[in-house]
Amino acid sequence: MAGLGGAIHEIHSLENLAERGTFLCRIHPLSKVLVTIWYLVLVMSFGNDDISGLMGMALYPAVLMITGDISLKAALKRMRPLLLMVCLIGAANPFLDRRACFEIGRVTVTAGMLSMVSLLLKNGFAVFASYILIAATTMEQICYALRKLHVPQVAVTVLLLIYRYLVLMLKEAERITQAYGLRSPGEKGIRKSAWGSLAGQMLLRSVDRAHMVYESMLLRGFRGEFFPGGEFVPVWQSVCYVLAWGGVLLLFRVVPVFRMVGSLLMM
Amino acid sequence: MHMADALVIPAVAGTMYAASTAAAGYSIKKVRLMDEPEKIPVMGVMGAFVFAAQMINFTIPGTGSSGHLCGGMLLTAVLGPWAGFLAMVGILLIQCLMFADGGLLALGCNIWNMAFYGCFVGGLLIWKPFMKGGVTKKRITAASVAACIITLQMGAFSVTLQTLASGVTQLPFSVFAGVMQPIHLAIGLVEGIVTAAVLGFVYEARPEMLWTGNVTGVKKEGRFGIRKTLVILGAAAALTAGVLSLFASALPDGLEWSMERTAGTAELEAAGSVYEAAERIQTATAILPDYGFSFSDSGAGTSVSGLLGGAVVIGLSVAACYAFKFFRRGKS
Repeated sequence: MAGLGGAIHEIHSLENLAERGTFLCRIHPLSKVLVTIWYLVLVMSFGNDDISGLMGMALYPAVLMITGDISLKAALKRMRPLLLMVCLIGAANPFLDRRACFEIGRVTVTAGMLSMVSLLLKNGFAVFASYILIAATTMEQICYALRKLHVPQVAVTVLLLIYRYLVLMLKEAERITQAYGLRSPGEKGIRKSAWGSLAGQMLLRSVDRAHMVYESMLLRGFRGEFFPGGEFVPVWQSVCYVLAWGGVLLLFRVVPVFRMVGSLLMM
Repeated sequence: MHMADALVIPAVAGTMYAASTAAAGYSIKKVRLMDEPEKIPVMGVMGAFVFAAQMINFTIPGTGSSGHLCGGMLLTAVLGPWAGFLAMVGILLIQCLMFADGGLLALGCNIWNMAFYGCFVGGLLIWKPFMKGGVTKKRITAASVAACIITLQMGAFSVTLQTLASGVTQLPFSVFAGVMQPIHLAIGLVEGIVTAAVLGFVYEARPEMLWTGNVTGVKKEGRFGIRKTLVILGAAAALTAGVLSLFASALPDGLEWSMERTAGTAELEAAGSVYEAAERIQTATAILPDYGFSFSDSGAGTSVSGLLGGAVVIGLSVAACYAFKFFRRGKS
């Protein structure tokens, strides 16, 4: 994750993306959540050596990123936090699994190499899918979808409140660290003597603020329910979106479309 | 320690989702039982605070590197394990969606590895016993460091197991665990010290804010104590049984009415030696047949039967409650 300033910028840019009002943004959030989960399940169900089958799943992010005007560069940037861990875990595969699968020129491709590539592809597709979801759906709409899935109100309200106050807290943390940095030049982080008081003061202020927030929420008539902003496309279009993507993705999971097209071309 | 989607297969992800959902369901039940609606915004704001505070770097003296505070432990120490767990779930979901830190499919694993161990194991099995003898700064430090180290070790071990069970790596168990555990031992130690410093400050400023295991609300005494409640219930039962039963309806009850409509009689005739023997035993042992004295048709019989029945039922209920308490105490 980027620094405090980077995190604030990331949240604002994602909010702006989700509020553009494109067709993808206006599809019912529940449909988008369901399709994303379905896609992730199918992608992760591929075997470690089924690269050609897995490549077929590139269709979903490719189509939605192009039609939804979602930047590939931004999506690739989001891969950073998890890439290190995935690489560390997958890097050993080419050395430990040396079973030869096929040859490209003089290079023997081993099962370990295939599983490493498969791991990286899966990671990329998963990051793209969740990015497409959040770039086309606001957090309020995701909370609304969760309520539709009967996730208890307490959990959803807490999630929404965390999101609501995240930017506020990030800004406060940024101000505190900036002020600290200006008073102690040359220091890399917060020195030990200030650990407790710095974060502790922030915590105490946060709790006081929470009580004030709750009181004002009650005064404004908050009863635990919330309603998503924005207009959605007609229900039948959202249903069609789920059915169409559900069917296409299942087809690509069951039928090796890429291999079939390849063999047709070679005939 | 956030796991990517690529590291888990759907079967492992589904299992961990089920386990995490069960823990979340239990937490929601507990939070509801506490009946403290003002705690919900505190959960939200505390979640946001932990999220932001985790991005502040705390310099580790003599190393040149920096550490962060442990979210699970801090939330548990302030909110309690159940509310803390729910706030952690919210944080992990936002980290996954907004910052791609952890996968959506692997969210169940991440909740288990970080929130479950951090809040339940760290809160209930480490923090609470440490605070049993009273809260002191030394105990806060010891509990924070121990909880952070142990829960991070458990989380890292779970990551190893979940990844190996998914079959995505060729790394042998010993090598994988041998890499994961020591790294997280160091991280746990640093996070524990940072968390202890923050909690120590909170203890000095507002000690009442710390959760010590005395769950308020769940065991909260009602307006009446148990003795008062029993006396009132007993009096109400005596009144109902002794006085109101005099006005008991002579009309058939629902079952009798239905039988009368279908079979033409409210009591079915049963023939056979077994039925006859059972009837003889019942007649001989019944103290108050048909809710009245066997030797008299007066209304007093109905009242006495009501009082006796009420006493027996209350007695049995109280005995059952004490038996339940006794066995429960024996278990714990």
